[in-house]
Amino acid sequence: TYADFTPQASFDIKKCDVHKLEEGPPLQAVLTREEGLQYYRTMQTMRRMELKSDQLYKQKIIRGFCHLYDGQEACAVGIEAGINLTDHLITAYRAHGYTLTRGGTVREIMAELTGRRGGIAKGKGGSMHMYTKHFYGGNGIVGAQVPLGAGVALACKYLGKNELCVCLYGDGAANQGQIFETYNMASLWKLPCIFICENNKYGMGTSVERAAASTDYFKRGDFIPGLRVDGMDVLCVREATKFAAEHCRSGKGPILMELQTYR
Amino acid sequence: MAATRLFLRASPVKCSLTGLTGGVHSSLGLTLLKLSPACTAKPQAQRRHAAHFTYHPEPAPSQYGPTQKMNLFQSVTSALDNTLAGDPTAVIFGEDVAFGGVFRCTVGLRDKYGKDRVFNTPLCEQGIVGFGIGAAAAGATAIAEIQFADYIYPAFDQIVNEAAKYRYRSGNMFDCGKLTIRSPWGCVGHGSIYHSQCPEAFFTHCPGIKIVVPRGPVQAKGLLLSCIADQNPCIFFEPKILYRAAVEQVPTEAYQIPLSQAEVLQEGSDLTLVAWGTQVHVLKEVAAMAQEKLGVSCELIDLRTILPWDTETVCKSVVKTGRLLISHEAPVTGGFAAEISSTVQVRVRWEIKAFYFHRGWSTYGSL
Repeated sequence: TYADFTPQASFDIKKCDVHKLEEGPPLQAVLTREEGLQYYRTMQTMRRMELKSDQLYKQKIIRGFCHLYDGQEACAVGIEAGINLTDHLITAYRAHGYTLTRGGTVREIMAELTGRRGGIAKGKGGSMHMYTKHFYGGNGIVGAQVPLGAGVALACKYLGKNELCVCLYGDGAANQGQIFETYNMASLWKLPCIFICENNKYGMGTSVERAAASTDYFKRGDFIPGLRVDGMDVLCVREATKFAAEHCRSGKGPILMELQTYR
Repeated sequence: MAATRLFLRASPVKCSLTGLTGGVHSSLGLTLLKLSPACTAKPQAQRRHAAHFTYHPEPAPSQYGPTQKMNLFQSVTSALDNTLAGDPTAVIFGEDVAFGGVFRCTVGLRDKYGKDRVFNTPLCEQGIVGFGIGAAAAGATAIAEIQFADYIYPAFDQIVNEAAKYRYRSGNMFDCGKLTIRSPWGCVGHGSIYHSQCPEAFFTHCPGIKIVVPRGPVQAKGLLLSCIADQNPCIFFEPKILYRAAVEQVPTEAYQIPLSQAEVLQEGSDLTLVAWGTQVHVLKEVAAMAQEKLGVSCELIDLRTILPWDTETVCKSVVKTGRLLISHEAPVTGGFAAEISSTVQVRVRWEIKAFYFHRGWSTYGSL
């Protein structure tokens, strides 16, 4: 069978643009057969789950708001591949993908979306408010999760368990004041925080050129080193996340990653 | 309905009808009031309620010129259109307003008046309002949109500390009276915690601003134009559930409805009902039900301006009826009904015929 011949393969991945860093992540990624199949399975499940949620939303079985992650699966899966389940993660409202990678089951997620008791937040949270162990949601208010993420990172540093916090936000949120306040605090106190801007080119309906004076989101941390990563390639995201995690765990402070993706 | 039950229990002994303050979180209005322990009504089985009320359009006003059929968001567009046409310094800005806004309140305005007068801002409420204060202080008629009232809190500091106090702290040398902030407000049935909030009570604790909530298209246009013309920073909350549901004949020309004047929609002799926004329509149905089932004659008042509110009209009405019931869609603790009822009790103390009850739930708008 194929399994006997090719247990792993090497792939060339895109070079990441760097900001205030001497070198970026490696240009080659090794993928084992198990990893490949696992990433594929997770991404495919995510895609099917999101497309089904779309259908259910249009049938008004899911009410309220439903922000879907289809198109961006490589981000969630790649990030999770670069960190451990004991690390912490917080994101904005486009959270279904992360709920799955952080330990939620499809059943719990769908139950939550449809407002049922078996849902991951007992049906009380809905699409935007899903939580699992070490996954702090799922936050409806744009940008509000970023200072929270820094706080989680502080707890990680304080408790000394060599954990870090991955703090995600979108291109729209990147223009919120509290993001910059957080950059300052995280950098000042050298918090083990990976800031990740998922740039899917649109803040709700407004394209990035019309909302941001600088669309180089990886540079907007200014004094925080940054990486621009191809968010559509799961291996690129994984290598960049590993690189960023290494940076944080070695006590160098926060780092910023911009994942260029699309939904 | 729970409210009707309360009346029923009370009817043989009139004085136990309470001056009630109901705080509720959906357009259920009074149906969510808890029964007092003294009532012997059987507890209702758990039922899921869907938001329900019927919007009854008011007759077309004749004193403002020709009218056209419009719903709430179209009446807002019409008001903004009149403003941009008549005032060359007027500018409209906010998130996604350029293409028409997420509720279509600004459709067509950018094409008509240009992209330097109707423009998008980035996602930054604090920045939007701060920028609006500056623009207004420099002489532009600034109309800022906050996409949902739930998102107004980053701008809270700017509104309370900057906008409200500008005129006072500069000894009237500067003011930002030309600022108007518009925001969709209120429960809509599927909005949950972050698309259903009614934050008016937070702002009523702040002298220096005005807060207005209309009940329908005709009211909305007139009140919005008054807010824009008013020499103080105003916050105009638009009930989002009424954007499409409320359709009336609205005058096409500009007209103003005075601020700080409550309107008595229906005269009565037994009970004064006070509400604003969507709850006015719920209470209309309550009044009809009370009349039909209990023979209770209700006087219904739409407060319209929440800050500064029309104490005269409400007190005069309570002097007549002796009983007051206020219903709003915000949490009951610290809700504006508490303020109204305490003011009324102080000013009308000898005419009140009922005990004071403060009922309702402090919780969030649910799915």
